[in-house]
Amino acid sequence: MSLSLLQLKYKLDGCIYSSREDAIMTLSNTPATALPPLVSLALRPLPLYPFQLFLSAVLRRIVQQHPRMFERLGSYAGKRYGLAPSDLPFAFVLDTAPQAARLTVVRSLPLRLDARISGPLQILLGMVNGSYDGDALFFSRAIVVEGDMEAVLALRNAVDDAGVDVLQEGASLLGPPGRFCEALLREYFGGEQKKGLSSVSRRQGETSWN
Amino acid sequence: MKLTLGPVLYNWEPDAWRDFYFRIADEAPVDAVCVGEVVCSKRLPFFQDPVPEVVERLASAGKEVLLSSLALVTLGRERKQTASLAREADLLVEVNDITGLTHLDGRPHAIGPYVNVYNEATLSWLARNGARRVCLPPELPASSIEALAKCCPDVELEVWSFGRVPLAISARCYHARLHKLTKDNCQFVCGKDPDGLPTDTLDGQSFLAVNGVQTLSATYANLIENIADLADMGVVSCRLSPQAVDMVAVARIFRDVADGKLGPEEAQHALELVCDGTTFSNGFFKGACGAEYRTGAPAGPG
Amino acid sequence: MELICPAGTPASLRTAVDAGADAIYCGFRNETNARNFPGLNFSPEELTEGVQYAHFRGAKVLVAINTFPRAGALELWHKAVDDAVAAGADALILCDIGLMAYAAEHYPGTRLHVSVQAAAANPDAICFYVERFNAKRVVLPRVLSIPEIAAITRASACEVEVFVFGGLCVMAEGRCSLSSYATGLSPNMNGVCSPASHVSYENAGGTVVSRLGDFTINKFGSGEPAAYPTLCKGRFQTEVSTGYIFEDPVSLDAATLLPGLRDAGVTALKIEGRQRSRAYIENVVRSFREALSAMEQGRAVPAGMLLAMSEGQSNTLGAYRKTWR
Repeated sequence: MSLSLLQLKYKLDGCIYSSREDAIMTLSNTPATALPPLVSLALRPLPLYPFQLFLSAVLRRIVQQHPRMFERLGSYAGKRYGLAPSDLPFAFVLDTAPQAARLTVVRSLPLRLDARISGPLQILLGMVNGSYDGDALFFSRAIVVEGDMEAVLALRNAVDDAGVDVLQEGASLLGPPGRFCEALLREYFGGEQKKGLSSVSRRQGETSWN
Repeated sequence: MKLTLGPVLYNWEPDAWRDFYFRIADEAPVDAVCVGEVVCSKRLPFFQDPVPEVVERLASAGKEVLLSSLALVTLGRERKQTASLAREADLLVEVNDITGLTHLDGRPHAIGPYVNVYNEATLSWLARNGARRVCLPPELPASSIEALAKCCPDVELEVWSFGRVPLAISARCYHARLHKLTKDNCQFVCGKDPDGLPTDTLDGQSFLAVNGVQTLSATYANLIENIADLADMGVVSCRLSPQAVDMVAVARIFRDVADGKLGPEEAQHALELVCDGTTFSNGFFKGACGAEYRTGAPAGPG
Repeated sequence: MELICPAGTPASLRTAVDAGADAIYCGFRNETNARNFPGLNFSPEELTEGVQYAHFRGAKVLVAINTFPRAGALELWHKAVDDAVAAGADALILCDIGLMAYAAEHYPGTRLHVSVQAAAANPDAICFYVERFNAKRVVLPRVLSIPEIAAITRASACEVEVFVFGGLCVMAEGRCSLSSYATGLSPNMNGVCSPASHVSYENAGGTVVSRLGDFTINKFGSGEPAAYPTLCKGRFQTEVSTGYIFEDPVSLDAATLLPGLRDAGVTALKIEGRQRSRAYIENVVRSFREALSAMEQGRAVPAGMLLAMSEGQSNTLGAYRKTWR
């Protein structure tokens, strides 16, 4: 049932794909708001190890708070997804093995993955917390999806149901400084998101068909 | 194994249509013949006149004659046609839309391949409601056919065995749409394609065939190599759906295989000659993609 | 008119209820429903919780068990009916005669709705389901014009529900094997159409080729929006012409037809999209809720708001406008 990794490349200018029968997406102005280059640059030399510890804690918390998310993955639990924010100097590997889910930060994605999803951090986060319609965004021009389409759909649907707010989960682990960072990021993304969302909401829905 | 000739699905010239059935009556070794317009109610008036003589000719040749009803009934006149067919016909009516059942009121009838009979519960219900023969939906895999034959041995089960597979029916006429005509003023352009309009992929790969509001497969279904399997399962009849090929020859080949006079391999070769290069499929029967042709044992359920 | 909204997940169900749905329709996480997609749908426990959530807020839950049970495997579909009733479903949406007989016999007190998959497209067919199985509502196939719908509501002894937004089948639903012809998997048997498992895209020299199984469904030049290869919305060639032979890649938006549908006697309006996200459901449900309120108060349906959903290139009034045919 799974497609080969290279079978699905979604990278053509002007072409936007959806993995599903319901979506041709022609978002002419995808609300992709990249982090400012300086921020990306500043993040580059950071050691990954402390970040890894933090991420593992975030994931543990998410798993605890949303146990059904992994249940919803069904037979796709165990698939490995690469998540690559295009505006960060590192990427993530999400291993959805039941009871042993792992989120690992890496400098670059390994080859052996079931699916890869890459795009600006803001969009990836917006999809996770349900601000965006996945069909309108998931396969929008700003995002590249490769690999097992069914596994990607399963993850998308499971995440959409769980409504995980990654920023909030992470911030709450860090106490007051975390909440301060969360507020800053939300302020930044929020303003940009409004611009972006208006274009999404204007267009989403219209483009679905069976 | 009985052979049943399905209704002509295409918009043939009335004379050609009549002559076709006359020749079937005189020469084709089939046990039953379905007559009637299934696809488009607009075509019906053309065949009203020749129907009685065709029915008589077939009956006097010893064929059982069934009258097939429309597959999609939306308009008032289509409801009336279906109602009068179901109520007044003195021949067995083959019901192709639930609409017909309302008017049959439990009287004996046949169920055509456009009614969704996927499982034992539905088949049993229809049998209790008066269905004597059921031509199963062409989509069904061998495993389903076998289960259905076991559950209702009193119902004559028929399986789509030759001819383009009807895949979809719509309110929209694709022939009219292609020719930039409205459906109401279609000028009967579907008549230009007596074997359906070949509809290929952008790579030129043969894929579908358009027949007015109906979409068929480009391939001809062909279960000639599976007749023994069908008989073992308890299937009573093979349906041969008329194409613009020598259907008498097709019927003879099926007859000979069913009677053990011809091996499946030779029969396959003979059919290839008759069908002049059209690709065959048996994928639905094998539980695979409908478009495929597979040799060997059918796949298991699901 | 009631607003019937889709939910593919418990979160979507809550979103739809909160956004103003009168009823939610959903299905179990298996092949008993026609949106059998990875990661979607409900477990019996989730359905029970969803029903409680909806009922507490005055909304109903309709459970779609709208595929045709596989021969030799009826138990799965029977269990779906049993579980839906046990969860407190307000109605079952069914298409298979055998399954309707089962539901009518075992749960005569549960409302039975005739699924669009049953393709009951005229008063006689509807009458059959009403008389034999005591059906209370029929979801009409998307092949009818508004005058035809009006004729049906006048002549039928049950409520009528029609689609107003979302995915649009060009073919009569429940009677289409195009998907299984190309992939082996069909809406009727497997609850999927043109499934993702059989989709591939290839990039050949700037042209993107979308394929379903072994068949090319479409090709897109650079700069051209590319669509998912749903079979009936692909581009094909015939000797007459090449293009979207069956239907353009469009979706239904009948928002502007709401007054006409009301006058035609329609009881319920259905939004397609159980496979869509919470964001879609929130947006579409809220907009239709507002449109209905406007209509009920005698105001014009606010054009700007509906424009929010229908602006762009890819909507149609479908068969509601007769010239579609």
